[in-house]
Amino acid sequence: MSGFEPAISNPVEYIQHHLTNLSLGGKPESIADFSVIHLDVMIVSIVLAGIFAYFAKKIGSNIDPDNPGPIQNAAEMVVEFVDQQVQDIFPSADKMVGPVAITLFVWIIMMNAMDLIPVDLIPGLVAGVYGLFGGDPHHAYFKVVPTTNLDTTFGLALSVFVLIIYYNIKSKGLGGWLKGFFFHPFVAQGTGGKIALAVPNLLMTLIEEIAKPVSLGLRLFGNMFAGELLFLLIALMAFSVWAMPGQVILGSMWAIFHILVITLQAFVFMLLTIVYLSLASQTHDDH
Amino acid sequence: MNITATLIGQMLVFMVLVWFVKGVMWEPMLAAMNARKERIADGLAAAEKGLQDEELAREKALEELNKAKTEAAEIIAQAQKRASEIVEEAKGAATEEAGRVKAAADAEIEQEVTRAREGLRAQVATLAVSGAEKILGREIDAKAHAKALDDLAAQI
Repeated sequence: MSGFEPAISNPVEYIQHHLTNLSLGGKPESIADFSVIHLDVMIVSIVLAGIFAYFAKKIGSNIDPDNPGPIQNAAEMVVEFVDQQVQDIFPSADKMVGPVAITLFVWIIMMNAMDLIPVDLIPGLVAGVYGLFGGDPHHAYFKVVPTTNLDTTFGLALSVFVLIIYYNIKSKGLGGWLKGFFFHPFVAQGTGGKIALAVPNLLMTLIEEIAKPVSLGLRLFGNMFAGELLFLLIALMAFSVWAMPGQVILGSMWAIFHILVITLQAFVFMLLTIVYLSLASQTHDDH
Repeated sequence: MNITATLIGQMLVFMVLVWFVKGVMWEPMLAAMNARKERIADGLAAAEKGLQDEELAREKALEELNKAKTEAAEIIAQAQKRASEIVEEAKGAATEEAGRVKAAADAEIEQEVTRAREGLRAQVATLAVSGAEKILGREIDAKAHAKALDDLAAQI
């Protein structure tokens, strides 16, 4: 690990280094560059998904209805909590909504929780390993928190968006769903009024629908990115010995507060998903 | 901040994860929890029913006990009646038997008396004949005087 320079030597570079992904295909050229894939995001999220899947399998195949062990109790608590939310918000939910909700909730919590790992630990290890193999540690990038990446949050939000469209078509039919774009939210009585309001209605409904995945994705991304950035700024305080206690205190406080953000953002994402799917399943007569 | 192919990768991972979690944990766990809920409800209902049954059984037992007591009293009364009847019967039979034994004894006594009298009479006839022989100094032909002797014996 000797190739390391102290972070404080160049704060801007330090932060930029930490905000750069380990990518395959170079740096993204445009706003949407599908020739690039962020390996660190994929590795961390797949490992976390694997851990989740492993425990799900382990718990699911050892269910003891009469004498639940501690792991099963904990899992039952989460399942019951999510199921309760689904029952409350979306009583006519089909069998897909619950699993989608619990997967979002648990997986987002796990990905967000990567924020609590000390900001330099894993990038440092990666840089060390990279250096051992003869690489330049300055070019060993690794962003640990998958949810500080727009791809992850929009991947989830777009999956939810696909489900919203699916539930819309399922409940209203393709024609009924498209018709809804022209006759809501402004309702006119006469034919002339209907024609006049069709374009504003279309614009309003399009914005309303597109705002759903965008707000879902940006809310999670914004919260986690800001949290990550704050951890990095606190880490910068290690520039001298007398600032160390301040770093420890601030870092601890922010980490404790961030536990709340981690779970809250996962919960909000899950809850809004259920709400959106519930809205999508309503027929126009319900309004 | 850019959108990259990672987006598609994350969507795929999410889809697979949802499918996997649904199959291995969500459905079996909800099924187990619902089964448990049902079993608890059934158990509570069974306990409630058991209490009611116990109450009913207790009432029934009390009823049976009262019935048995009444029956026992009836049986005792009947037995007492029958006992006094038997005693009466026995008393009657004993009186009758005693009367019969007494009658038989009386008849026997009568018979003995008659027999003794007959014997005596016969002896008296013999004595009378022998007495008359002595008086007359000669033998009396018993056959010749049989009628006279019988008359004499009958008078005794």
